[in-house]
Amino acid sequence: MKDEVESREDRVGKLKGLGCSRKRVEDARFTQGKGNYVDDIKLDGMLFGDFVRSPYAHARITGINIDAALKVPGVLAVLTAKDLEPLGLHWMPTLAGDRQMVLADGKVLFQGQEVAFVVAEDRYAAADGIEAVEVEYEELPVLVNPFESLKSDVVLREDTVDEDGAPKDGAHGPRKHHNHIFTWEAGDRDTTEQVISEAEVVAESDMYYHRTHPCPLETCGCVASMDKVNGKLTLWGTFQAPHAIRTVVSLISGIEEHNIRVISPDIGGGFGNKVGAYPGYVCSVVASIVTGKPVKWIEDRMDNLMTTAFARDYHMTGRISATKDGKITGLHCHVTADHGGFDACADPTKFPAGFMNICTGSYDIPTAFLEVDGVYTNKAPGGVSYRCSFRVTEAVYFIERMIEVLAIKLNMDAAELRRINFIRKEQFPYTAALGWEYDSGDYHTAWEKALKAVDYEGLRAEQAQRIEDFKAGKTRKLMGIGLSFFTEIVGAGPVKNCDILGLGMFDSCEIRIHPTGSAIARLGTISQGQGHATTFAQILASEIGLPADSITIEEGDTDTAPYGLGTYGSRSTPVAGAATAMAGRKIRAKAQMIAAYLLEVHDDDVEFDVDRFVVKGAPERFKTMKEIAFAAYNQAIPGIEPGLEAVSYYDPPNMTYPFGAYVCVMDIDVDTGVPEIRRFYALDDCGTRINPMIIEGQVHGGLTEALAVALGQEIAYDDMGNVKTGTLMDFFLPTAWEVPNYETDHTVTPSPHHPIGAKGVGESPHVGGVPCFSNAVQDAFRPFGNVHTNMPHDHWRIWKTAHDLGLHG
Amino acid sequence: MIPASFEYYRPKDLDGVLALLRDHGDDARVMAGGHSLIPMMKLRMAEVPHLIDLQDVAGLRGIEVGAEGIRLGAMVTQSEIIAHDGLAQAAPILREAALQIADPQVRNMGTVGGNVANGDPGNDMPGLMQCLDAAFTLVGPDSERQVAARDFYEAAYMTAREDDEVLTAVTIPLPKGGHAYEKQKRKIGDYATAAAAVQILKEGGSCASASIAMTNLSDTPIFCEEAGAALVGSTLDTAALDAAVAAMQAAIDPSEDNRGPVDFKRHVAGVILRRAIERAWSRA
Repeated sequence: MKDEVESREDRVGKLKGLGCSRKRVEDARFTQGKGNYVDDIKLDGMLFGDFVRSPYAHARITGINIDAALKVPGVLAVLTAKDLEPLGLHWMPTLAGDRQMVLADGKVLFQGQEVAFVVAEDRYAAADGIEAVEVEYEELPVLVNPFESLKSDVVLREDTVDEDGAPKDGAHGPRKHHNHIFTWEAGDRDTTEQVISEAEVVAESDMYYHRTHPCPLETCGCVASMDKVNGKLTLWGTFQAPHAIRTVVSLISGIEEHNIRVISPDIGGGFGNKVGAYPGYVCSVVASIVTGKPVKWIEDRMDNLMTTAFARDYHMTGRISATKDGKITGLHCHVTADHGGFDACADPTKFPAGFMNICTGSYDIPTAFLEVDGVYTNKAPGGVSYRCSFRVTEAVYFIERMIEVLAIKLNMDAAELRRINFIRKEQFPYTAALGWEYDSGDYHTAWEKALKAVDYEGLRAEQAQRIEDFKAGKTRKLMGIGLSFFTEIVGAGPVKNCDILGLGMFDSCEIRIHPTGSAIARLGTISQGQGHATTFAQILASEIGLPADSITIEEGDTDTAPYGLGTYGSRSTPVAGAATAMAGRKIRAKAQMIAAYLLEVHDDDVEFDVDRFVVKGAPERFKTMKEIAFAAYNQAIPGIEPGLEAVSYYDPPNMTYPFGAYVCVMDIDVDTGVPEIRRFYALDDCGTRINPMIIEGQVHGGLTEALAVALGQEIAYDDMGNVKTGTLMDFFLPTAWEVPNYETDHTVTPSPHHPIGAKGVGESPHVGGVPCFSNAVQDAFRPFGNVHTNMPHDHWRIWKTAHDLGLHG
Repeated sequence: MIPASFEYYRPKDLDGVLALLRDHGDDARVMAGGHSLIPMMKLRMAEVPHLIDLQDVAGLRGIEVGAEGIRLGAMVTQSEIIAHDGLAQAAPILREAALQIADPQVRNMGTVGGNVANGDPGNDMPGLMQCLDAAFTLVGPDSERQVAARDFYEAAYMTAREDDEVLTAVTIPLPKGGHAYEKQKRKIGDYATAAAAVQILKEGGSCASASIAMTNLSDTPIFCEEAGAALVGSTLDTAALDAAVAAMQAAIDPSEDNRGPVDFKRHVAGVILRRAIERAWSRA
């Protein structure tokens, strides 16, 4: 038989399992324009809804006249808060424990806020209807700066104060001021203050991590279809967490969960923007119930940039202390977090500042304290994790800047300062001062590999020569060497401390093996471009010995997929990937019993070997998984139920902690402020590598979004609360032209608690990339006295740094 | 991002265009590549009840390179300019500038006529045409006239063209000497932070003539005669360059936007012009 002559290696290769750069099975349809996105859904009689939005950042609404709009041909209805109020739907809960207006309830709190929902026969009629709605506004004082907001007499939210005007408690405890949302602390305040006050060296820095936006290629949208005959609501949408959306819709609408079917079709990128619930979803559902017809809502690009889920906007103040030899002794961080008009952060509920308390980074810092104050302003709500786990980008940027600032204070090489302070390999599992237990790591090995790969000493020598040349007038370009070493915290998370609105953050996989030896697996996650249909099949192929090409992966339909919390925060591989492996192992356990029966030996006398069970010591006697699958359905086996299926709900024991070492080499034209990235080296350790090609793609994408954020991408407001960057002309999305050639590398430190040792990688390059690009810019100016300048480092801000340092003569 | 309703016309000849303009007056606009007008309509910043597409109008296409000069039909696209070898020989600055406009997809649609006629201070072609001393052919209901590019621009989106006239062609005298189009932008597809078009003629080691125009540094393109004059007769020594840059900086009037504040733009305009002059001189 052919199987007998086939080598073990050949059999492993045929599976296309773990470690194989298997081509993405999704790409056949995406590259042929055959994807099925929410705006591709067209149903009989479908209507289109769109919003009248506020031109003002803060105003009272004194009247809304919809008469003229209702006369526009094709316009069927215009919903306002008054229509939603009897249903209790004029406000909705946010994931952060706050509430948010669905439609403006008497006032607006940010430019672009949803005021009325126009329902029409098509989107053209809806656009004309929007123009015809007359809204009377009475402008109110605008607060766009959180520090001013905390001092202002202006009450942004009437529901934050009692009858006497005193601040009421919020979702996370007492308010310090009526515009204050919460205070969140981690670590030991008193000891940290003491350590810093007694330290030999203390470095300090203020830094603003500007507001930006995930800006996925596809904007947010949905189609709601209420079937009044059978009472079932179907909701298609760009949801990163379809099951959670179903539960939330049920809780706020009163429709029983079995009567709601939520479907996430193909999604064109999420990056956190599609985690939360938006007024468009609620209004579409209501409009479908009212009209009895399907209703579609699709954001345009400006709606997306101006109103749905921004990221970052953290004002951070840091103090870091060390011995004069460079051993870090303490870290203090205060954050003033600008959340806009509503607190709609998408964090686990117990973590109003996400995992910002990973801000001790990759370093063995014995004492630390973090305090975050959330503040309301007249800006759009959000605060999502743009290609990162919850607020981890902010945390890593903070510590990687503080390390650089400390290196300047110590007059020490920043690579050496990191080396001195890394958590050592033998310290893992390592409990950090702010509470997290890092599962594994080997930072020194990764760091040395990275520095050697780029010839770090040589780069510094070249930089020294460049500075000489610059001072001698031979060049107008400075050279910056950006370093960053990051530790991510992903895979939320253990149900004991991670939930969103009470929903535990486990995830799931359900597998059915078909009689002829192929399979379908369904998961509680949803790909938005990550390639789950490719990689989860690979995990399963290695676990159950059927080729990945014979395994279909399905996600996103709550009527068929098992319950799970969705895809964000690099949680799919750590949580659903683990569930997949565990469900696969259940399949294998049953297959072992069937194989033993077929081979007429005891269960313990067979062992799994790639794609089959073999009799121990007699490898010529075996049953392939394909044969076992057929027997499972078609042969009566005493004591064993027919069929071969399994389900696993996986509650991870811990987060996973991917890490990496990045180096960026940049030339900067001091006269024009134009940076040129000469080299970018990225070493990632994401534990066990499932598909190296997909990892490489993730790293390229994450680094490009990091480049964008560091070098220009922002949501900027003027003093009146007008968004200045509401189109792709001004919101910086780099093209292939602006992106350098990336060099990727890796080490492998498997997670000790994950079934296959994988840690997640999609967000690492963004988390590590932002400080690396920023550090390169700052390093170029370090010899001339620069300590810290804020991002984004666009041309004029780089030029200004040069100008302020006197480099323009 | 959906325009208000409009009537769409696609006449076959210029008479048809002019008749529509006569019938509808201010309510009608002609459209060439549509890359400025359509976004404005989608944002409902421009309301155009009657949109006249020039796509099918005879006689508006074609690149002619003659002994005296160059004629570009208004509907010539930037891609066609880039691809035309004879043009690249006769006036290489056109290709150099066109390659810095937007991206290939936009350049496949964007036309020279639309670019110069719209009066958008961000467009690259107006400054370029001022540098080259081009003239625009305007055809009205009863007459045809030529207006020099240097006299055409009055303010942002305000030009010498009357509402009932159509810009049909651009004629350019054959440029002499070295050229450069230097542009700083934030990314591919962006308008200039600052851009300079320079054409320099060198005779006997010194500068015989120099033509300089700047883009996106005022509400119109800035043709700066004084800056060119500062170079004439010199060997482009530092003093001459400084004088040219100073003259240019006195002529521009940049405004603050997301690209940066005024002092930054003034400074960058100087750097960009200096580089453009040096490159043009090296080719002269």
